[in-house]
Amino acid sequence: MRNLHVKVLAFVLVAIGLSLCYYKVTRLGLPLFPTEQADVWTVEARIEFKPKRDTPIKARLFIPRDPAGYTVVDENFVSSNYGLTTEDDGVSRSAQWAVRKATGYQVLYYRLHLARNPSTAQAEKPIPPPNLSTPEYPELLRSEVKAVIDEARSKSADTLSFCRALLLRLNAPTPDANVSILQQDTQTQEEWVARIVDILAGADIKARMIQILHLVDGAKHASLIPWIEVYANNEWQPINPQTAEPGIPKDTIIWHVGKDMVLDINGGRFPKVEYSVTRHAQEMTLIAEQRARQMGSKIMEFSLFSLPVQTQNVYRVLLLTPVGAFLIVFMRNVVGFKTFGTFMPILIALAFRETKLIWGIVLFSLVVGLGLAIRFYLEYLKLLLVPRLASVLTIVILLMAVVSLLTHKLGIDRGVSVALFPMVILTMTVERMSLVWEEAGPLEALQQGFGSLLVAALAFAIMSDGVLRHMVFVFPELLLIVLAANLLLGRYTGYRLTELWRFRSALRQE
Amino acid sequence: MRWQNFFGMGRRLRELGILGMNQRNADFILLYNPRKNFPLVDDKRRTKELALAAGIAVPELYAVIEIEHQVDTLPDLLAPYDEFVIKPAHGSGGEGILVVIGKLNGRYRRSSGLLAGEDDLQYHISNILSGMFSLGGLPDCALVEYRVDFDPVFDKVSYQGVPDIRTIVFRGVPVLAMLRLPTRLSDGKANLHQGAVGVGIELATGVTSSGVWHDDTVELHPDTGGAIAGLEIPHWDQILALTARCYDLAGLGYIGVDIVLDRVRGPLMLEINARPGLSIQLANKQGLLPRLRRLEAINSIPTLIEERIALAKSLA
Repeated sequence: MRNLHVKVLAFVLVAIGLSLCYYKVTRLGLPLFPTEQADVWTVEARIEFKPKRDTPIKARLFIPRDPAGYTVVDENFVSSNYGLTTEDDGVSRSAQWAVRKATGYQVLYYRLHLARNPSTAQAEKPIPPPNLSTPEYPELLRSEVKAVIDEARSKSADTLSFCRALLLRLNAPTPDANVSILQQDTQTQEEWVARIVDILAGADIKARMIQILHLVDGAKHASLIPWIEVYANNEWQPINPQTAEPGIPKDTIIWHVGKDMVLDINGGRFPKVEYSVTRHAQEMTLIAEQRARQMGSKIMEFSLFSLPVQTQNVYRVLLLTPVGAFLIVFMRNVVGFKTFGTFMPILIALAFRETKLIWGIVLFSLVVGLGLAIRFYLEYLKLLLVPRLASVLTIVILLMAVVSLLTHKLGIDRGVSVALFPMVILTMTVERMSLVWEEAGPLEALQQGFGSLLVAALAFAIMSDGVLRHMVFVFPELLLIVLAANLLLGRYTGYRLTELWRFRSALRQE
Repeated sequence: MRWQNFFGMGRRLRELGILGMNQRNADFILLYNPRKNFPLVDDKRRTKELALAAGIAVPELYAVIEIEHQVDTLPDLLAPYDEFVIKPAHGSGGEGILVVIGKLNGRYRRSSGLLAGEDDLQYHISNILSGMFSLGGLPDCALVEYRVDFDPVFDKVSYQGVPDIRTIVFRGVPVLAMLRLPTRLSDGKANLHQGAVGVGIELATGVTSSGVWHDDTVELHPDTGGAIAGLEIPHWDQILALTARCYDLAGLGYIGVDIVLDRVRGPLMLEINARPGLSIQLANKQGLLPRLRRLEAINSIPTLIEERIALAKSLA
């Protein structure tokens, strides 16, 4: 019954640990392994204009709204003394800067950090556009529009193929008379795309202009490219206005939807907006962590990442100790190893993290060996227990200092790190070892000493494993699984491996 | 011994009913020994007081040394006694026991034959007081008590020290018993891991079977050459009754009771161990588990000592 209780409890703990971990991996995108890196694009929009004298300034910049195929890791606005508001009307998003008065050239920045995330490629259900009324074309163009529409309609079957036929017709390398007239007074690409949208509207096709930005690493003075989106089959489908190819190119984001100017400045002259793009690799963990914060995830609020970096580093080590403790439980209760002090090997292993294994073992053996020799001399003086312990402690610390000094003088930097050994633990090790030496003989003492050292080395090997370190820090809930394993081993009534050896004579007689 | 054999070996040990350390702790000590009763047996002085109150025979207590200052009065304390034993009240595993078998020109002859001076004894007691032999290194007190003049029945099979009889008592019923014979190697101590010989005792008759010494079966005592098997232990029923009564004394369900045989005073209870070792199974070539499980299955253990002894004998 008690066993059942423990098993149920362990199961619940494992379930909680695993499900939290699963949630963090799948929903928040936290990586299970430490080496994973992802590309982060930093897009910067630089706005530049000259303010009009004594006029309040209002600048509006349309900015991306959850670009498909990417997640916004972070975004920020650099706008010294401007007031800033952002607006989101469900189709497009804008940032508005305002200031009462400004002199000299004004520069504003909008910075966006994007990480590729294929899971967001499927945008949410689009809002169906309002029904359009057939636009009024200028007298001059009316017949030409009708002509191209009729021609395209005769060569197409549905909305998309119609658009394609029309676009090919309008962009033909050798434009015919109708097209030439339509192309008149469209100086910029933008105006031309706007005209195409108008023409499409004449054919009762819901189309809109979008502005896309090509993400090219190192782009400096990039600008947005106008594109067309056609509403067909209940979704907006982008089409290249030049070649009529469907979709938007790879590594491209939709920056703005609608025919409004991307940048609109009230009270300023010569407005200019330029885009620059850089790409750099960043650790997935950080990206996911920032993204989760962006999403307002409650779990990440309580993540260890929200602690100051110094405290984080403390927990990076602390969270590993339960794993080491579990190793001790395993070595003692399942294997049957004898060690000096229950958790002494973990503390030694923690010190090994700084000194590295070989030096750690050398320094540990050196200090304990010398301490032991002096302890035997103290035995001869017949000192009382506590004064003797204090003496051994003092001697251990002096030995550590001497070892540090000597190795430093010899130019062996690693030796200096002997100071990181927990001295009280060393003292108790010396004391216990000398007692075991006296009572059970040198063999037993050395056996236990090497046992402790071996377990410490094992604990060190486990605790310095990068994957494990990453896992317990990013997913501390995994320690619940360690806890569950401890609980289960707490009711383990099987034999220890060493007992098979101990009771071998019982086996032999059969 | 191959790795793939381990599971097979574990299964065979299970079939033999050998109790392992983990199972002893999880299924018996944790379940049957309430924590609050541990101090009764961990402190030999309290055990002795309880035993005397319950009419259980124990070695007479000569003196208790509780504070460092009393160490100076040691010669006066020890003056009336030629033979005595100094032991820590909270000792375990036979550590810290010093046996004096006689005095010679103001010096003390230890059981090993070595002479010890006054200051050696004082240092030893100081160590006891400072907790060197106690569990957890807590300050302790030292007991000076009657040195058992052991029954000559074991003369041929023990080398110095005091041979004692360890009995595992579960829920007040003796389950398994062994005779522990000190050897030269064990330095007069009766603990198997220190090199004493463990000899199985048939529960029903009190006759010894063969022994184990360092995992090996032995028929003769390694130092004296005396035959180990077939010894009839005197006062056997009395010993069993004594061990059974220790259960009522301590209120602990799973204990090891150590008993010595004195030439004059008969069986004396030395100490009760709340965490008795497992080697007794090797000495008896008999696992504890089947007997423990049979006793566990009995709902109410009889309160009468005689009935419990009868139950114990029926187990074998």
